[in-house]
Amino acid sequence: MLAEILTLGGLGALAGLGLGLAAKKFHVDVDSRITEIDNALPHAQCGACGYPGCMPFAEAVVAGLAPLTGCTVGGAAVARAVASIMGRTIEVPDERLVARILCKGDCEKAVTKFDYEGADDCNAAVLVAGGNKSCVYGCLGLASCVKACPFDAMYMSPFGIPVIIEERCTGCTLCVEPCPKDLVVMIPETSRVVVECRSHDRGATTKKACEIGCTACNACVKICPYDAITLGDNVAVIESKKCTNCGLCIPICPTDSITDFRWGLRKAEVYDPCTGCRICAKVCPTDAIKGELKMLHVVDLSKCISCGICVERCPVEGAMAMVDMTKLAQKPLVLIPAPGAKAQPKQTAAAEAPTDSARA
Amino acid sequence: MAAELALIVLSTVLVNNFVLSKMLGLCPFVGVTKNVENSMGMGMAVIFVIFLASVSGWFVNKFVLVPFNITFLRTVVFILLIAALVQLVETVMRKSFPALYKALGIYLPLITTNCVVLGAVILIMNREYGFFQTITYGIGVPVGFYLALFIISHIREQLAMAKIAKPLQGAPITLITTGLLALAFMGFSGLVRE
Repeated sequence: MLAEILTLGGLGALAGLGLGLAAKKFHVDVDSRITEIDNALPHAQCGACGYPGCMPFAEAVVAGLAPLTGCTVGGAAVARAVASIMGRTIEVPDERLVARILCKGDCEKAVTKFDYEGADDCNAAVLVAGGNKSCVYGCLGLASCVKACPFDAMYMSPFGIPVIIEERCTGCTLCVEPCPKDLVVMIPETSRVVVECRSHDRGATTKKACEIGCTACNACVKICPYDAITLGDNVAVIESKKCTNCGLCIPICPTDSITDFRWGLRKAEVYDPCTGCRICAKVCPTDAIKGELKMLHVVDLSKCISCGICVERCPVEGAMAMVDMTKLAQKPLVLIPAPGAKAQPKQTAAAEAPTDSARA
Repeated sequence: MAAELALIVLSTVLVNNFVLSKMLGLCPFVGVTKNVENSMGMGMAVIFVIFLASVSGWFVNKFVLVPFNITFLRTVVFILLIAALVQLVETVMRKSFPALYKALGIYLPLITTNCVVLGAVILIMNREYGFFQTITYGIGVPVGFYLALFIISHIREQLAMAKIAKPLQGAPITLITTGLLALAFMGFSGLVRE
């Protein structure tokens, strides 16, 4: 009994002593800034910065190899923290970027040229006659971008188009590169209205290939009160700096290629001070406001597109306001996935890291 | 002597391959073999650790456990020994051989508690090998492990592009492939009689 305890205890003590001495003798000085920066990073270990993980990125920053703003996931806050640790100040915009897919041509809306039976990867599929979609700009639906997302922020809709879960998107841009059609773009979070099509084909060609593609009909360009939409090379593009998310272009689009990301819309409401001047009813682009002259007006919420023009033009103080309707209308304005489709995120293979799985 | 040592190498690498015949160390085998680069890193770390562990284990067994007649404590003692040894090696290596430390990276601490390492050391003691046999065995086993990782990682890089039924994706298809690979390795069983 004693021999066992002594042997095991002795071995343990010896090993501990040896390790302690070795740690002292072979101590490697680590720049304290490296650990500080590492602590400030998000620890997603996603590799979006181009380094294997957060610690190597921290080392690269201290060595002057990586930019202070290299961590796309952390965004402005982390960039500032890293800069302050390095004793520098930088100016970074607060704007958060979110990935958007510029194609809505799913298996129901877009025409396919042939059945593709090859490798389960967009970059492989694109080698076969540019993919099987009739539209050469269309999403191939083989989820290369979804597989690249380390944050489970993307999943494939049942109709074969990637969907982005905005709350989880960190703006790391890892999904941009795998897309052979360059359909994944980073758009400021504040841009809530997006033309989700980038077909440069002429209108007639686009129409034949996909019922939801932008035909460059010019309707949205004409209606936009802020000149935020331009037609370039047969596709409408919304300039996020000019766009006020009024949403006028959404119902006017004949092919529904403009997507509304304005969840929790604020809609117009009329209150008691209303004098019934009918100005709001006249300016309303969708005839959503009803009411006789000199009578309290009523807003038809189903027609109101949250543009806010009526509130701007109302001459009576306190008569109109934009009100958050999320509590009244719980239904979010998402076009994909279709009603009844499960919005479950797909487990990505990228989440498997050697750190967890290699321990026996 | 030389012939016996050669037999040990042949036996451990091909016939009694730790992964494909004894089914040990399947966690790193499935875990890190997604690409060749990672699995080679792991393979090198395993070679390094098993060699050191079996040599030091042999000494502890001969000069501590056997004289005090407490060989039943082998498992506990060897775990302690391997853990301490790997930690020590890592500390020393970080200071003295930074390049090697960078190359083995995270795989060195990961392999510490792996069953391949413990299994190799315990089998050496069970077979009552001499010193040179221990050294040979301590090299042969991890080389066999390295070989298995090398083969499976190349297969998995090909599998990544294949269309695999959803329930079989990932680890399941790897284990099926491993089974087929093990069947193939059974062909070596006539080489050495043990």
